[in-house]
Amino acid sequence: MARTKAASIKPSFSDRVFDIVNYTFMTLVMIVTLYPFLNVLAISLNDSVDTVRGGITIWPRQFTLENYMQIFQYEGLITGAKISVLRTLAGTLLGLISGSMLGYVLSRIEFQGRKFMSTFLALTMYFSGGMIPVFILIRDLNMMNSFLVYIIPGMVSAFNVFVIRSFIDGLPYSLQESAKLDGANDFTIYYRIILPLCKPVLATIALFLAVGQWNSWFDTYLYNGSAPHLTTLQFELMKVLQSTQGQNTGMGAGQNMAEIVKQVSPESIKMAITIVVTVPILLVYPFLQRYFVKGMTLGAVKS
Amino acid sequence: MKAVTETSGSTEPTVNKKKKGFWTTFKEQKILYGMSLPFIIVVFIFSYLPVWGWIMAFQNYRPGRGIFEQKWVGFDHFVTLFTDDKFYLVLRNTLAMSFMGLIVGFTIPILFAVLLNEIRGSVFKRTVQTISYLPHFVSWVVVAGIVTKMLSVDGGAVNQLLMALGFIDQPIQFMAQGSWFWYIVTASDLWKEMGWNAIIYLAAIAGIDQEQFEAAKVDGASRIRQIWHITLPSIAPTIAILLIMSIGHLVSIGFEKQFLLGNPLVVDYSEVLDLYALNYGLSMGRFSFGTAIGMFNSIVSIILLLTANGLFKKFMKQSIM
Repeated sequence: MARTKAASIKPSFSDRVFDIVNYTFMTLVMIVTLYPFLNVLAISLNDSVDTVRGGITIWPRQFTLENYMQIFQYEGLITGAKISVLRTLAGTLLGLISGSMLGYVLSRIEFQGRKFMSTFLALTMYFSGGMIPVFILIRDLNMMNSFLVYIIPGMVSAFNVFVIRSFIDGLPYSLQESAKLDGANDFTIYYRIILPLCKPVLATIALFLAVGQWNSWFDTYLYNGSAPHLTTLQFELMKVLQSTQGQNTGMGAGQNMAEIVKQVSPESIKMAITIVVTVPILLVYPFLQRYFVKGMTLGAVKS
Repeated sequence: MKAVTETSGSTEPTVNKKKKGFWTTFKEQKILYGMSLPFIIVVFIFSYLPVWGWIMAFQNYRPGRGIFEQKWVGFDHFVTLFTDDKFYLVLRNTLAMSFMGLIVGFTIPILFAVLLNEIRGSVFKRTVQTISYLPHFVSWVVVAGIVTKMLSVDGGAVNQLLMALGFIDQPIQFMAQGSWFWYIVTASDLWKEMGWNAIIYLAAIAGIDQEQFEAAKVDGASRIRQIWHITLPSIAPTIAILLIMSIGHLVSIGFEKQFLLGNPLVVDYSEVLDLYALNYGLSMGRFSFGTAIGMFNSIVSIILLLTANGLFKKFMKQSIM
């Protein structure tokens, strides 16, 4: 049926050219996006001495897991992995709590602090005090060389709050009303009614938060650079990549691990660390795609 | 405000119907306050208090003293800043990379979204889409590593491809030549964010009434004409809003890319305002000077945002604020 219909309205020559160009373009986009990752993966799985010969594309020439065995002997990486996981969990949880609570409270039309708090939050999207005043504040609060600096300063994101609020605004208000008549207090309504209904939007926000936490390195560099027990995976990778590039490592960057790695075939090791740092996120995002596409759209419409 | 007087009116009929005292309502809503105030305080401390730190730009800040016990120097740091040749170099780099980023990073995702929408195989379409989001989730540390690898002189994929195609005989030293730096940053940014930035446009396109396309097809309009006359005009409001937002963020392009991709060889092209504040302010302990740089940066972005918003209000009747 469909075939005969398509044949009856014969696509014009220019439309066929358009299709060919378009499909080619999209295929190129896929290759350009995927090739670097496959290349990195192949090198990380290739014998480190053999890698120096070059010419590895997307398939390891001499397969080995040696590179991975080696990187997990570095203390910096073990600590980094631990701290990265911890900050991702804690930061995501705190962000979800603050975002959903503020989103809920600001969706309550009768709340008298609503207007003030909304404006108060919205303004933070347009200005910032800048790097140095924040640095001095963090130092004065004694948050340097502490785990807290990873999760407290960025705990509330105005964008996330507004995304959650607009989601709650879309829920039927009668649910809250009837709960209130049954004698539920404001927190119970939040906890028992709103939170369970917010699962889709919270999944999106959780992904944003987790990615942000997992990928941060500059806070480690700025505040915890001289605290090896608080290092993160991204920061360790940054040190390794930067040192072999011979770049400005700056203030807090300790060089120990970087030096060790440099002696043992940098290329394969670097790529193995890159994979370790990247894979956890890549395993998660395709499953949440349906949610974050919605979340992004919701956020854009509202803000 | 009105709702509360109505719902609580039945239980407390004696209370004035129109307006209740602030504290009475506060007590009634104490749980709501309890759920929000702690977070508002955190926002106050970490987002608003630092703005107070701008005072430092007019002082000679020394650590260990209170903010009012510092020596006041007026606009000295701004004079130093505006007479520093390095500042103009840094400003040039910032503006160059912002504008290149705006032009490329803004238009290509629109093009990508429009073209992706024209793909009819839904499995193919979804695969492209999922893959295009991938780099967004990867950190700049990793992307910088990948870019450096791809552009390297020995065995970098880009050089090998160019040589295989016969465009060049010698590998190009991409990372060591300043003249390439802006393009590398722009291209890396595009590679990382194209798919992600297309999401909103794809959603906007999905909302277009399909009958318009059907009618156009009956009239014999080609695909390109359909895009030009239906798709693009339909998503124009979305484009306008996102454009204003991008312009507002023009100067605050951050420094992660420049920090991670830059190296001493290309520093004349890679240093941007934030890095300048980091290297010449924070690292050298010149907190006040660094704050002046940050302040300049913030003020320029706010002016740009307001200007862009004003212009759009006037010409397109679109506004984000």
